[in-house]
Amino acid sequence: MKFGTEIVLLSLFAFAAFVAAGFGVDEPFRQHMLVLLIALLGFTAVLLRNTSFAPAVAVDPSAYMDGPIRYGAIATMFWGIVGMTVGVVIALQLAYPDLNIQPWFNFGRLRPLHTSGVIFAFGGNALLCTSLYVVQRTCRARLFGGNLGWFVFWGYQLFIVMAATGYLLGITESREYAEPEWYVDIWLTIVWVAYLILFLGTILKRKEPHIYVANWFYLSFIVTIAMLHVINNLSMPASFLGSKSYSAFSGVQDALTQWWYGHNAVGFFLTAGFLGMMYYFVPKQANRPVYSYRLSIIHFWALIFLYIWAGPHHLHYTALPDWAQTLGMAFSIMLWMPSWGGMINGLMTLSGAWDKLRTDPIIRMMVMAIAFYGMSTFEGPMMSIKTVNSLSHYTDWTIGHVHSGALGWVGMISFGAIYYMVPKLWNRERLYSLRLVTWHFWLATLGIVVYAAVMWVSGIMQGLMWREYDEQGFLVYSFAETVAAMHPYYVMRAIGGAMYLSGALIMAWNITMTILGYQREEDPMPGSVPAFQPKRSGARNWA
Amino acid sequence: MDYNLMREFADSWGLVAMALFFVGAIAFALRPGSRKMADEAAQIPLEDGRS
Repeated sequence: MKFGTEIVLLSLFAFAAFVAAGFGVDEPFRQHMLVLLIALLGFTAVLLRNTSFAPAVAVDPSAYMDGPIRYGAIATMFWGIVGMTVGVVIALQLAYPDLNIQPWFNFGRLRPLHTSGVIFAFGGNALLCTSLYVVQRTCRARLFGGNLGWFVFWGYQLFIVMAATGYLLGITESREYAEPEWYVDIWLTIVWVAYLILFLGTILKRKEPHIYVANWFYLSFIVTIAMLHVINNLSMPASFLGSKSYSAFSGVQDALTQWWYGHNAVGFFLTAGFLGMMYYFVPKQANRPVYSYRLSIIHFWALIFLYIWAGPHHLHYTALPDWAQTLGMAFSIMLWMPSWGGMINGLMTLSGAWDKLRTDPIIRMMVMAIAFYGMSTFEGPMMSIKTVNSLSHYTDWTIGHVHSGALGWVGMISFGAIYYMVPKLWNRERLYSLRLVTWHFWLATLGIVVYAAVMWVSGIMQGLMWREYDEQGFLVYSFAETVAAMHPYYVMRAIGGAMYLSGALIMAWNITMTILGYQREEDPMPGSVPAFQPKRSGARNWA
Repeated sequence: MDYNLMREFADSWGLVAMALFFVGAIAFALRPGSRKMADEAAQIPLEDGRS
């Protein structure tokens, strides 16, 4: 029977969720278990409707397994729109506090929904589907472990649903980018180990002797996130039928563990993983090998060795020992070298093919992503310098920095990869429309520029207002006065975010039409077809 | 095994081992004769006939 074990196990888990919903010791936990029950019953119903008693069809072991990747591409788009929409909503909530709808949709609950939504749901699905796409094609091997790929995909979606609904119900560990409570953390650990087995197993059965550099980056991302997630979330539940747990660490150790995790979530989730994307999809789209393969190896080792130490720069001027703060700062500054080495390597891959910038909007998107990688990895080390940090920390400058990295680098490289993959995954000749990609490119780019520039102005103003003393040594401004001064920038920031979101909506339309098999009739991109040259009058005809 | 012991190990032998591994990895990437192998490896994504 197809899906027999899965149906039995899902039913058992659904029953366990039902029992937990009845006996839970706190109200949010009971509600959360009802959400889990509905999700598991939904899964079970879908499997029951698709089961069959016919003998299993043998799979071709030499064909790539693209099913989970197709679903992953759609999930990336879907969660991207959700996460970015929540982002625009909370930007408007900051500008207009009346938009806080109590209790489920206030800023405190929607903000982790936005950060986890764009990082783990959008970015995570993008990494999941591209890593499985790249590892099969560069190892020339089918995914390892039969249906393991499907388990990883659906298991990860269940994690996202449980994390997101938990935030709205008010369940949180209050750890930055690691807010889900203990039972959701355990589930993610199981899914992540399965992902590691899936990826590593595929590498081990490869037919290509060399492991291509993109897989190194993806593998380091998977391994490091496993380590970070487990250690950062070491905690003791107050009850095994409750939604509250207490961290294994306390005080400054807890803070450092948190930011060791938090910064390496940036370093290995948002950087190493997406660099894997860059090292495969930029050469593919440009149809040229990477500029220097040896530089990519050095990029890899330098990034791995330096990033893991940079976390303490989030705790400048706190109870963290001075030597640890300085260590974090020094390693952050050293990160300039691998980051810029990698950026140059990505950009120079186009050397000799720069004309593609004019004719291929997908390449343009990837180049903009790499440019933002360079800009935000320049800005980050600069902000980690303690004297700069004393002005920038806790201000909107940090928010602007994060978004130039997240919207500019992570978002744009993912969009480029999805635009590249979708026609291939669904066997379409081309995208529905290249002109819509150009629209997406400009809306996204201008949106980021508005967002980042506004946050620079607002953040530096905020920092300067906080530190301004009068001649008698009193602070000049109260906190509320700085908030009032920032209102116009908050409104402009929401506009920048809305531009970025509208670009993503255009992409969703373009991708949907491509999957459905339509092709928009449109003029080719200017420059992609040679124009006729009128013969110059008086020119001598050498032929 | 207390904090001080681990700390002492981390900033002596641990540091030396990691620094040597790092230098070794860079030297291995740049060793003579690696260019040919690297150029071949760089072609891996482009040689996939099945797209």
